[in-house]
Amino acid sequence: MGKVIVVTSGKGGVGKTTSTAALGAALAQRNEKVVVVDFDVGLRNLDLVMGAERRVVYDLVNVIQGDAKLPQALIRDKRLETLFLLPASQTRDKDNLTPEGVEWVINELKRYFDWVICDSPAGIERGATLAMRHADVAVVVTNPEVSSVRDSDRIIGLLDSKTLKAERGERMEKHLLLTRYDAARAQRGDMLKVEDVLEILSIPLLGIIPESMDVLRASNLGAPVTLADARSAPALAYFEAARRLAGEIVPISMPEEKRGIFGKIFSRRAA
Amino acid sequence: MNIFRLFNKQRSAPLARERLQVLLAHERAASSCDLVSILREEILAVIAKHVQVDAERVHVKMDRSENMSILEIDVEIPLDPALQAA
Ligand SMILES: Nc1ncnc2c1ncn2[C@@H]1O[C@H](COP(=O)(O)OP(=O)(O)OP(=O)(O)O)[C@@H](O)[C@H]1O
Ligand SMILES: [Mg+2]
Repeated sequence: MGKVIVVTSGKGGVGKTTSTAALGAALAQRNEKVVVVDFDVGLRNLDLVMGAERRVVYDLVNVIQGDAKLPQALIRDKRLETLFLLPASQTRDKDNLTPEGVEWVINELKRYFDWVICDSPAGIERGATLAMRHADVAVVVTNPEVSSVRDSDRIIGLLDSKTLKAERGERMEKHLLLTRYDAARAQRGDMLKVEDVLEILSIPLLGIIPESMDVLRASNLGAPVTLADARSAPALAYFEAARRLAGEIVPISMPEEKRGIFGKIFSRRAA
Repeated sequence: MNIFRLFNKQRSAPLARERLQVLLAHERAASSCDLVSILREEILAVIAKHVQVDAERVHVKMDRSENMSILEIDVEIPLDPALQAA
């Protein structure tokens, strides 16, 4: 049976879709069977980030409503044999997702895939609670910024109360993925530090993804950043996070400050 | 970068951290409030069966840490044995 992961945040635009695609591709590159599922019904984007937007025929809502069989809706990645996408519907709204339908789809996917990665919509409403409902593990995507940290705290509360695992009295495994981290700003004291966010949210750290142009470039190309440029800083950080998800013990590498020669001289003086 | 700006402006991150800590302590307390008050009533009732306690001296608190939530129950029981129920 595969593992179900929800990538969630509360706040919008913090990097859930980017992270779902990057982690999915990183795990698939380890030859594990992966499906990424877009739960953002009405505002789907995972297809674009994965570069599969022109191949979408059927979607999650079609499958739930019985208009398509599950295998018909799955899109195999052109670059990685073991990576699949189950897209969301762009035209319907999220009321078309029924709890029973979602449960059936997730249980089917678990039988065939090693990893079922659910890209949650923003917010704390129905769409987000449905996406987290069947998760075994939650990846809480957070930016080092006050409103994102606050919303992550709300989401952690929901993960501990509204999921099947929580209702059964089991412990929900939660990991913090700190994204869009700017080491230089944190160093200057203008951005929350890794330790600050960890102390406030008190869940274990899965990885630190630096703020990087490479992420934008990858989404322009329609490839997860771990495929578009596997040696870029954000890709390396996502590979590390994926290894941790898979249970390996990997020490966290702190993002380096990117400085020109000018910055180097200056910071030495300031120190 | 302007060197004067660096010395004039206070670092903002420590303030952000402090504001978050205060705010989230509040919000967490509010969201676990219902559960805590139910637990408090029931715990009080059980203890009162055996020992006489002052309702004001029973403190129930919920705290979250890395791997679990911690339920802290603090009950003051009077020393005087005469006050203990049979
Ligand atoms: N590490 C990063 N560095 C630079 N830009 C990033 C990084 N991570 C994400 N972004 C950018 O931030 C924007 C939002 O990212 P993304 O769509 O992944 O967020 P989201 O949480 O899925 O948003 P929504 O809540 O709307 O679904 C995108 O333009 C993306 O390219
Ligand atoms: Mg998204």
